[in-house]
Amino acid sequence: MRYRVRHETVYHYGGNVAHSHQLLHLSPRDSERQHCRRRTLTLQPQPSSLREDLDAFGNLATRLEYDLPHDRLEVLAELDVEVGPEEASDSAAQPWEEVRDALTYSGRPMATQYLDACRFRMESSYAKLKQVFTDYGADCFAAGSPLLLGAEALMHKVHREFTYAPGSTDIRTSAVEAFEARRGVCQDFAHVMIACLRSRGLAARYVSGYLRTTAPAADAVAVGADASHAWVSVFCPPLGWIDLDPTNDRRVGTDHIVIAWGRDFGDVSPLRGVIIGGGQHRLSVRVSVQAE
Amino acid sequence: MAEARLETYLSDARRYDELLDNEGKVRPHWRPLIDALARDGADAVRRGVDLARRLIIENGVTYNVYADSQGRDRPWVLDPLPILITAAEWREIEAGVAQRARLFDALLEDIYGAQRLLADGSVPPQLPFGHPNFLWPCHGLKPVGGNWLHVYAVDISRSADGQWWALADRTQTPSGPGYALENRHIVSRVFPELLNDAGVRSLGAFFLALRDNLLSTAPEEETPLAVILTPGAFNETYFEHAYLARQLGLPLVEGHDLTVRGDTLFLKTLGGLRRVHAILRRLDDDFCDPVELRADSALGVPGLIGVVRAGRVVMANALGSGVLESAAWMGFMPAAAERLLGEKLQLPSVATWWCGEPPALHYVLENIDRLVIKPAYPNQNFQVVFGRDLAAAERDQLVKRLNARPHAYVAQERLAFSQAPVWRSTGGGGGGAQVHGFSARALGMRIYAIATPSGYRVMPGGLARIAADTADVVSMQRGGGSKDVWVLAPDRRSVDEANVAGASRRVAARHDDLPSSLAENLFWLGRYSERCEDKARLLRATLSVRANALLWPQALETCEHFGLPAFDDSNSLGLKADLQRLAWCAAQTRSQLSAENWRAISVLQREFQEAAHFKREPREILDTLLLSLAGLAGFAMDDMTQDDGWRLMMIGRRLERLQFLAELLHHRLQLGATPSQSELEWLLDIGDSTITYRTRYLASPRLSETIDLLAFDQSNPRALAFQWHEIEHYLVRVAASLGGAPDGTLDEAVANVEEMQLTAIDGDSGRAERARQSLAQSLNELGLAAGRLSDQLSLKHFSLIDVSIRSVVAA
Repeated sequence: MRYRVRHETVYHYGGNVAHSHQLLHLSPRDSERQHCRRRTLTLQPQPSSLREDLDAFGNLATRLEYDLPHDRLEVLAELDVEVGPEEASDSAAQPWEEVRDALTYSGRPMATQYLDACRFRMESSYAKLKQVFTDYGADCFAAGSPLLLGAEALMHKVHREFTYAPGSTDIRTSAVEAFEARRGVCQDFAHVMIACLRSRGLAARYVSGYLRTTAPAADAVAVGADASHAWVSVFCPPLGWIDLDPTNDRRVGTDHIVIAWGRDFGDVSPLRGVIIGGGQHRLSVRVSVQAE
Repeated sequence: MAEARLETYLSDARRYDELLDNEGKVRPHWRPLIDALARDGADAVRRGVDLARRLIIENGVTYNVYADSQGRDRPWVLDPLPILITAAEWREIEAGVAQRARLFDALLEDIYGAQRLLADGSVPPQLPFGHPNFLWPCHGLKPVGGNWLHVYAVDISRSADGQWWALADRTQTPSGPGYALENRHIVSRVFPELLNDAGVRSLGAFFLALRDNLLSTAPEEETPLAVILTPGAFNETYFEHAYLARQLGLPLVEGHDLTVRGDTLFLKTLGGLRRVHAILRRLDDDFCDPVELRADSALGVPGLIGVVRAGRVVMANALGSGVLESAAWMGFMPAAAERLLGEKLQLPSVATWWCGEPPALHYVLENIDRLVIKPAYPNQNFQVVFGRDLAAAERDQLVKRLNARPHAYVAQERLAFSQAPVWRSTGGGGGGAQVHGFSARALGMRIYAIATPSGYRVMPGGLARIAADTADVVSMQRGGGSKDVWVLAPDRRSVDEANVAGASRRVAARHDDLPSSLAENLFWLGRYSERCEDKARLLRATLSVRANALLWPQALETCEHFGLPAFDDSNSLGLKADLQRLAWCAAQTRSQLSAENWRAISVLQREFQEAAHFKREPREILDTLLLSLAGLAGFAMDDMTQDDGWRLMMIGRRLERLQFLAELLHHRLQLGATPSQSELEWLLDIGDSTITYRTRYLASPRLSETIDLLAFDQSNPRALAFQWHEIEHYLVRVAASLGGAPDGTLDEAVANVEEMQLTAIDGDSGRAERARQSLAQSLNELGLAAGRLSDQLSLKHFSLIDVSIRSVVAA
C-alpha cells in the first residue's frame, strides 16, 4: 500500500514566545516492510536552528530552536510512505515462560536481539511494573502457552474491558491511572498492555504512528485514524517483534505506518518542547492518511 | 588523666576499635592526641566542644535549609575530636578509592556506549535499564575531556578484622566535600595546636585541583567560566552549594540563570550572555533538561543535552551518571574491574546479593535474618530493613515482595562498623554532677576523588560520620554527627602538598560574571533591608507620640498609608512580610554574603519571631530590630565585595530610602496646613535627624529648616539629596563597568525639587500654603521617578531573567 500522510500541528500562543526548544518525532522509520519515498517538513516561522539525528532507539529526531519572538508555531509533516504486507507468521512462537527466562540475567553472554529486547522489559515512567498488571494478564498466559497467543489474548481482553473514550484521559495519563479508570485512548490502551507484558517479564515497546483513514470496505472505520496512533510491539522469538493494536483489536498489517518506537509515549511524543513566555496557548492537531 | 577519661570508653569485641588495640592500649598514632588532650585537661576539651558548636551556629552551617516544617535550619553536628588515619593505611584507602573512581568512569563509558559488559553477561541489563537515572537520550554521548565521572565519593567502614569495605558509591552529585572542608576549618579553630603538631595533610590543594580541572577544557582564547548548578535554596544541602561557590570562586546558579543558544550554553550575567564551559552540578540527572528529560522539571536548562551532544560543555558529573548509585552493582564490580581495567578490585564492596539472580534470591531467602535488604532502584517505595528486626508477619510480607519482583531488591551482609571516641557530656542538669568523657560510636567515612589530567586524585581527608547512638546507622538524616578525618603525613614536608600541575591558569570569576538573578536579588535585598528600617522608624517615632492627642491620629493615618495597620494582636507590627522577603532575598544571595552577615540576618529573624512570640513591648522590639538592621547596613558597607552586584544593592537601599522619605514628606505637606512643632519633631525622628537638627540649629524646629535638613542637606546621610547623589554615583560606576550611559530617569524630578525655594514655605499665608503644596507635588514626582528608576533597572539588568518557562507536548 502507498500512503500520503499529512500531520499538521499548530500552536497559537497567548503572547510572544521569546525562546523555545522543540523535539519532533515526525519522520517514519524505514524497515523491511516500510519505505518512506518522500517526506517534507514545513515550519512556520523558520527556526533559528534545525538538527536531525537518530535517537537512542534509532528513530529520526528533529530538534528545533527558536530565538526570536513568535506567537504561533506551525509544523506540517507530509509523508509519502509505502507499506508492504506483514509476513505470515503463525502462533508457533516459543512458550512465554521460555522467553521470560531467556530475558532473565544468567551471567552468560546475551545475543544482540535479546539484549535489545531487555531495553523494553523494565518499567518506564508511563508504564510501571505492578502486581495488578501481572494479575490482570494471568488468564491470558496459561502455563506453556505460546507467547504470541498470550499476547493476542491480552490484546482481546484489553480491547473488551476498556472503553475507548477520547477526552477521558490526557497526554500525561499513566498506565496505572488508565488501568484504574478502565478507559482511555490508543496511548492508554498501549501503555496498559505494555505494563501487563513487562510485569510478567516480557519485552514490549510503544509504537507511535498512523492508521489509514478509510478502512477497507468490509471493516468499520478504524478508531484513532484522525490523529496520530499508537500500539504495542511484543518481542516474540523466533518471530521477532510482532505489532498488536489493542485499540482496534488486531494484528498490525498494511493499515499502519510506523513513525517511532520507544519504552513509552515519553520517548516518542510527536512534538515536545519548552517555551519561554507565551502565556496560555491553544493547540490544534490534524492528521489525514490517504491510501493511493 | 587521659586514661582516666577513657574509663567511660567501652571496647566491643565485635568491632574494630579505631582508638584502642586488642590489649586495650591506645594505638601509637592516637597517642600524641590523647596525651595532648590529657595535658590540657577536661575543661579544655569541653571548651573546644562548645566552641565547635558555637562556630557551627555562627557560620550558619546547616544541613537542611527550609526543609523543616518549622522553618528552622537544622544545625550541622560536628564532634571536634578527629579520626586519625596513618600514612600507611591511607595509601591503601587512597589507591582503592582512586581505582573505584576509575572503574566507575569506565563502567559509565561502557553503559552509555558499546554496552559490552551487558552483552557478555558481566553485568545484568536490568541494572541500567531498570534504573530511573539511566538516561536514554544520553546513550552514545561522549563527554568533552573524556571523563564521565569528575567527582566521586564512596562510603567506607571497616569490619572487626580492620579491613575497609565500600558500602555505597556516589556517582551523581556527591554531597559533603564542602562540609568536610568546613569541618576542618572549625576543628582548626578549636584545636589549632593539635592539628599542627599531628602533621595532618591539608585539603586546600584538592579543591584548587577540582576548580582547575573544570576549567581546563576551555579554549585558550576564551575566559573560562564554570558554574555550580543548584536546585535552589530549598535543597537540603544548599548551605554546601553556597559554601563551595564561595570556596571555589564560582558563580552559584539555578537553571533559569542559564540559557542554550544553538550549541552553546550561556550564563545570563549583568554584562550580558557569557559562555559557560563547565557545570559542577548539584541538580539530579533527570531534572537537567526539560526538553529531553523530565518535562515537569522547571529546575533545568532547556536544550542542555544538545550542548553536551555537541561537546561544548563539561558536565561534572556526566548526565545519567546516577545510574551507578545502587547497591545492586556491588556484586558485579570485581568482574567489571577485571574486564574493564584488567585489575583486581582493591577496595572490596561489602558482600552483596542482587536478588535478580535466582541463586542469589535463594541464598537471601535462606539467610534473611543476617542480611540488610535494600531497594535496587532509588525510585522504589521501600525503606532499608534489617532482616533480624522483622516480626514474623513483616518477614512474610518481605519474602512475598522479594519473590514477586526479585530484581528490585538487594541484600547485604551486616557489617559491625568500627568504633571511635566521641566526647560526651552527661548529667549536669538538676544539680547532678556533670560527667565528661569518651564514649564509643560506630563510624563510617565518606571519601572523595576528583578527575585530574593525571588520573583520579583523592582528598586526603573526608567526612566521617558517627551514629547518633550505639546503633550501626551512620547518617546525618537519622540524627548522627560528623567528624573531621586527619590523614597523618608520612613526614612534615608532605603536610602541604605542592600545588597541582598546571594550576590556576586564569582567574575563575570576574565581576561581570555575576548572574542577573543574583544581582536582582541583591538589589531587592537592599530595598527590603531599607524598607524594614524605614517602617520600623516610622512605627517607633509614632509610638513615642502616643500621648499627643492631636498628632497621634495623624501619625496613625500615616502608618496606615505605608501599609502598617498599627499595632495588631499578632504583634508582628506589619513588618513580618517585609522581613520574610528580606530573608528570602538573603537566602538567594547567600553565596555573596559573609558568614557573619548571614548570621546577622538569621539572628534578626529569630529575634523578631521570638519577640512577637513572647509578646514583648513593641517599643522594645523595634529598638532591637533597628539595631540589627543598622548592623546589616554596616555589613553592606564594610563586608562585601564592591562589584556591580553590590552597587545595585546599594542603589536599592538608596532608592528605597529616597522613595520612602519623598512619599512621607509629600503625604504631610500636601495637607497645606503648617505642621505643628511636635509634628516636625516626629518627622525628624522618622528621618533619624533629631540630633543633627539640634546641633545645627539649637532651636525648636521650623518647617523650612526641617525640610532643608531632610531633603537638601548633602551631608546628612538620611537626606533626599544624599540619596540621589549616591544613586547617581553608583549608576555612573555601573554604566562604566557594563557599558551604556548612566540612567537619567531621576534627573528631571531631582532638578525640580532642587529649584524649590524653602524660605517661602514657612507661615500661614495663602502663598506659603501654595508653596508647600507645590513642594509636595515635586516630592511626589520624585517618589514616582524613583519607582520608574527601579523598573528601568529591572528592564536593563534583569530582563534576561525568564518570566515563565513551560513544557508543551502534542500527540
